[in-house]
Amino acid sequence: MDVKYYLRERFFPHMWCAGCGHGIVLNALVRAVDGLGIKKRDMVMVSGIGCSSRISGYVDFHSLHTLHGRALAFATGVKLSKPSLNVIVPMGDGDALAIGGNHFIHAARRNINITALVMNNRTYGMTGGQFSPLSGVGTKATTAPYSNIDREFDTVELATGAGATFVARTTVYHVKQLQSLLKKAISHNGFSVLEVLSQCPTYFGRKNRKGSAVDMLNSFKDGTVPVGSKKKQDNPELIERGVFVDKILPEYCEAYAELVERATAK
Amino acid sequence: MAKKKKLKRHVINREWCKGCGICVAVCPKNVLELDSKEKAVAARKKDCIACQLCEQICPDLAIEVMVKYVEESASGDK
Repeated sequence: MDVKYYLRERFFPHMWCAGCGHGIVLNALVRAVDGLGIKKRDMVMVSGIGCSSRISGYVDFHSLHTLHGRALAFATGVKLSKPSLNVIVPMGDGDALAIGGNHFIHAARRNINITALVMNNRTYGMTGGQFSPLSGVGTKATTAPYSNIDREFDTVELATGAGATFVARTTVYHVKQLQSLLKKAISHNGFSVLEVLSQCPTYFGRKNRKGSAVDMLNSFKDGTVPVGSKKKQDNPELIERGVFVDKILPEYCEAYAELVERATAK
Repeated sequence: MAKKKKLKRHVINREWCKGCGICVAVCPKNVLELDSKEKAVAARKKDCIACQLCEQICPDLAIEVMVKYVEESASGDK
């Protein structure tokens, strides 16, 4: 396939650091969209602020680069006004769950047909490596030189608890699974959350002595197991990846259209 | 008859490559390496099995593995 067909080539080479996992997400995303056969004019990317949010500028879809954490609110507006469009919201861990935490849980509760892509690199890369709500206890950051004491969110449990009807997790090491889960998340009729563990070799990696981008990728290979694996019972430290929730509940735009029909019926 | 995927050539965009070395590490056949300018090059093209993993994992979207599909003959010719 021709990846460049989906890219705005004038903005390349992109601004992400060498070895940044966000580029792998971009790579998988254009392949997933190509695999689904969705036309470029039917795709919308709405993003907030941060390294991850720059992804919407690189794809040749309709795109909105909006306020920090508020991308889901803008996306809700886009989706409600034109429900036929496929709306993807790429967010970083801080953008999605700190600044935009409230928008995140309420979009999940409404079950609006939007794909939330949480690119979790466990730090605020763009502003210089501060700790985020997904950094976790014991990690180091520029704002936690003696290590972090804040417990982290579990994105999957949070999204499940908030009512998202499709919840999945994978890593940038598992590119084939990333492509297939992106396809599933985009195709799902309802609010879908896909957490992608991504590496930030520049800040999170350097502060926590995780080595090079390749070392960090290998840690995703060794530190994760498929959902329901026996290894997880022996070693609770391992992170599960795969589909956690996949159910069908009334979708928000459809419910709204029904409401309009009911209210205007004579 | 089954069709087999074969390598045509590697197209590596040197302008986009940032030399992170991920493609070099993931290649199952050790085909790629970084040159003196820290850019990926296909140093051992003959070993390539056209799995296209490097193309799919490249964070800079700088690699394209051009492939062709050839008929796999029953006699086992290569």
